[in-house]
Amino acid sequence: MNRLLVQLKMEVVLIVRNGEQLLLTLVIPVLLLVFFSLVDVLPTDTKDPVDFLAPGILALAVMSTAMVSLGIGTGFERTYHVLKRLATTPLGRPRLIAAKIIAVVTVELLQFAVLIPVAYAVGWRPGAPNWAAAAGAVIVGTLAFAGIGLTMAGRLRGEINLAAQNGLYLVLLLLGGMVIPFAKLPGPIRAVAHALPSGALADVLRAALAHQGTHPTSSWLVLAAWAVVAPVVAAMLFRWD
Amino acid sequence: MGSSATTTPDVAVEVEALTVRYGELVAVDAVSFVARRGDVTAVLGPNGAGKTSTIEVCEGYRHASGGSVRILGLDPGRDQRRLSERMGVMLQEGGVYPSVRVLDAVRHYAALAGKGADPVALVERVGLTGRSRASWRRLSGGEKQRLSLALALAARPDVAFLDEPTSGVDVNGRDTIRAIIRDLAADGCAVVLATHELDEAERVADRAVIFDGGKVIADGTLAELRSGHDEIRFRSSPDLDLVELAAAIGMAARRIGADEYVIDAPPHPRLMAELAGWLADQGHPLDDVRGGAQRLEDVFRRLTAGGAVDRDDGASAGAGRG
Repeated sequence: MNRLLVQLKMEVVLIVRNGEQLLLTLVIPVLLLVFFSLVDVLPTDTKDPVDFLAPGILALAVMSTAMVSLGIGTGFERTYHVLKRLATTPLGRPRLIAAKIIAVVTVELLQFAVLIPVAYAVGWRPGAPNWAAAAGAVIVGTLAFAGIGLTMAGRLRGEINLAAQNGLYLVLLLLGGMVIPFAKLPGPIRAVAHALPSGALADVLRAALAHQGTHPTSSWLVLAAWAVVAPVVAAMLFRWD
Repeated sequence: MGSSATTTPDVAVEVEALTVRYGELVAVDAVSFVARRGDVTAVLGPNGAGKTSTIEVCEGYRHASGGSVRILGLDPGRDQRRLSERMGVMLQEGGVYPSVRVLDAVRHYAALAGKGADPVALVERVGLTGRSRASWRRLSGGEKQRLSLALALAARPDVAFLDEPTSGVDVNGRDTIRAIIRDLAADGCAVVLATHELDEAERVADRAVIFDGGKVIADGTLAELRSGHDEIRFRSSPDLDLVELAAAIGMAARRIGADEYVIDAPPHPRLMAELAGWLADQGHPLDDVRGGAQRLEDVFRRLTAGGAVDRDDGASAGAGRG
């Protein structure tokens, strides 16, 4: 079997075997989407909370897979010297990285395959969504979050990386415009939130899926900047052992 | 020395004036040695001696700061991909996904190697058949080492770099690992074994390269390293009169422990008889007598003691390079 496929199979097995990662990538987004769509307690300023939540939860799904899941997994692989050992096999680093990217995209597709029908089931009616723009946003967002996750994974030890990734996930969830609108955040925090990749991705997705015709240029620029800078920083700082 | 190695077809590992620096720290300082196909070459030395850095350069994992390394005729830095198809690696620790089961881990590495190794047979070879469904994190220290060795074997290697393979392994596990290492060498693989366990090297190695402070201080077959340093060791009363003993047997004895003594001489029967006779006359016991070549541990102590490194020693001078 092609070595890339061999490694991809292992990456997928690791994700499926890891209950915590499934909780993070699938269960929490589904719970947040269903609960806050049915229980109207968030200040979403939309007629139906799911109209605000659905794009935000899709952004959350991208963040949880590309940053937290990838970052935690890679961090432990570095701590346990798995990366070091794989680097001495015929797999090689380029195919290892490619396998991880494909695994992330595969999990994201699985997340969307679950989350989008669930969103429809709880009343989401996006009208005329621009799926191409949404897909582009997901790709750029994946690059940005993967860069952040791998920067931390390449420098921090396993347990510290685990705590840091989860902590950052919580901060970005609350400040990222995913479940709480920017307008409801205090002024200084709102300015910071607009500069975060989570906020930018949620904004871009919301424009693509909920407000056809709007072009959040500044959010695209913020997201693109993160998608360039974060992977470059990860490549510069990453330690394989 | 290096040029002769280059032209010798059975040389699998050729390290010439290798230097590895970490910032200002020189971890490996102009080291040269070779390892041959069919031999088990032990790279010995205390922690921090430069063994692992040297091995990592050989594996293509780390870049050299100076000098040259050829593995199976390949440059491990530039030809890492080609080399990796013929190389087995066992890390000092870890290297396995913690949640992956034993058999799945071996299957994975066998598939990556693409040499058709039978994962079930490999698991059986390292004595882990009964644990094949256990995840790595549930294995004991010794079982982890045996699994790690199985992953190295999955490459069906022509050259194998094994870093501390018996560390933390119980007696039976050590026997298994030693047998596998010997079989690898018998099949023509060049086995390079990095360890600080000198007893282990003594049991399994054909040759030894001894590191200290980033330099190679001795290099040769075990017999060469030990030659000319015969001794007699024995235990007796703690209060032996060593001056009287020396006068009686014509040889000086040294106290190396509370009740342990060494005479730096071959265990000639006459000398042994004189020693036993004097002890009997004085009413002292004679226990744990051992005569012959020094153990590798003693060779190492002699070579590294107080900088008294005998670079002109017959073993270190050229036995390993020619």
